Amino acid sequence: MLEAREVSFGYGATPALREVSIRIEAAASLALMGASGSGKSTLLHCLAGVLVPESGSVLLDGMDLTGLSDRERSRIRLERMGVVFQFGDLVPELTLVENVMLPLQLLGHRASAARARATALLDQLGIAGLADSRTGAVSGGEAQRAAVARALVHKPAVVLADEPTGALDSVNAEAVLDALVDMTRATGTALLVVTHDNVVASHLDTLVTLHDGAILSNSPAAAT
Amino acid sequence: MSTTEALLALLEPEPAHGYTLKHQYDRWFGRNRRLAFGQVYSTLSRLEKNGFVSQSQVEAGQGPDRRVYEITPDGVTRLDEWVATPQSPDLYATSSLYARLTVALLSSRDASQVLASQRELHLERMRELQVLRRGAEGPDLLAVTYEITHLDADLRWIEASGARLARMARPEATGGDADA
Repeated sequence: MLEAREVSFGYGATPALREVSIRIEAAASLALMGASGSGKSTLLHCLAGVLVPESGSVLLDGMDLTGLSDRERSRIRLERMGVVFQFGDLVPELTLVENVMLPLQLLGHRASAARARATALLDQLGIAGLADSRTGAVSGGEAQRAAVARALVHKPAVVLADEPTGALDSVNAEAVLDALVDMTRATGTALLVVTHDNVVASHLDTLVTLHDGAILSNSPAAAT
Repeated sequence: MSTTEALLALLEPEPAHGYTLKHQYDRWFGRNRRLAFGQVYSTLSRLEKNGFVSQSQVEAGQGPDRRVYEITPDGVTRLDEWVATPQSPDLYATSSLYARLTVALLSSRDASQVLASQRELHLERMRELQVLRRGAEGPDLLAVTYEITHLDADLRWIEASGARLARMARPEATGGDADA
């Protein structure tokens, strides 16, 4: 479970978040929407432990990230969080399976075990046949599925996705979102997706809209 | 959805009686509005009068006799023309949302609240449709995604209108916020 509790943050004198509270339970999903400048990226960075709120707290399964050092937060991100970006951000020099293996190898898993787990995930996502292809040789939708696999390979408590289908056509976007929602739900992973796209948001359980750094709407109402 | 053309389309593969047509219409076209039996028979009567369908036989049974209808060559031609003729885009401009917003603005009611409440309903419906989409195939899948796409277009307009209203309310605002 990931929770922001009355989080406030500013850039200099400019407030970006004002006492924002959201909570995503295990196996649940939440879409975070808002216009440019609404604070959604800032909130995402606070939830990921990249930024430390000026006030309020960020709780991951009850542990307050705001009280941890930079090093400790980095470790938590590596062990407990998965991330998906708009363009996948796969390493182009590596194959798809090698990209998916990366989090496990950084956590010290043996290469053979990491490869087996990565291959199984690629199979679940329907791209096992591309495991040994480099990122430049696959489509955007296929690369993004690999990014989903990489985010889930180490069985994180939460996946944070920033416009994960922003670079895809609608049919590929639908397939990637279905996979992301299904797999996080099946593994009990909390999912947060930042998006400006209403169709993307409609795949998820809860929609929170930010406006000027505060919550404008929360539908259906999520417990806070 | 035109009931006239839908019934012609359902009669094209083979003759059918009104009961069957009503259920086939509900299955394929009656997504949010099922067809009343009375409307089936009144439409068939009009189609027969116009020469687009004819009665091929009357089935006798325990209840009242059941008339079986079949499409005529003129009916097929009518269907061909209807399928091939694009819909006038201005039909989308008849939305009651646009009308309600206009009335709100002209009467100094809270237009932003009109948009906000409609946005909530649209998003709720879109979420319902995503659930339906997961189990849909063929024409059902196309129909569901058609509705999702149109709701998305409405939502974009709702959000853009909300931003315009906010700007109108704050004429000194210059916009151009940096993404934070």
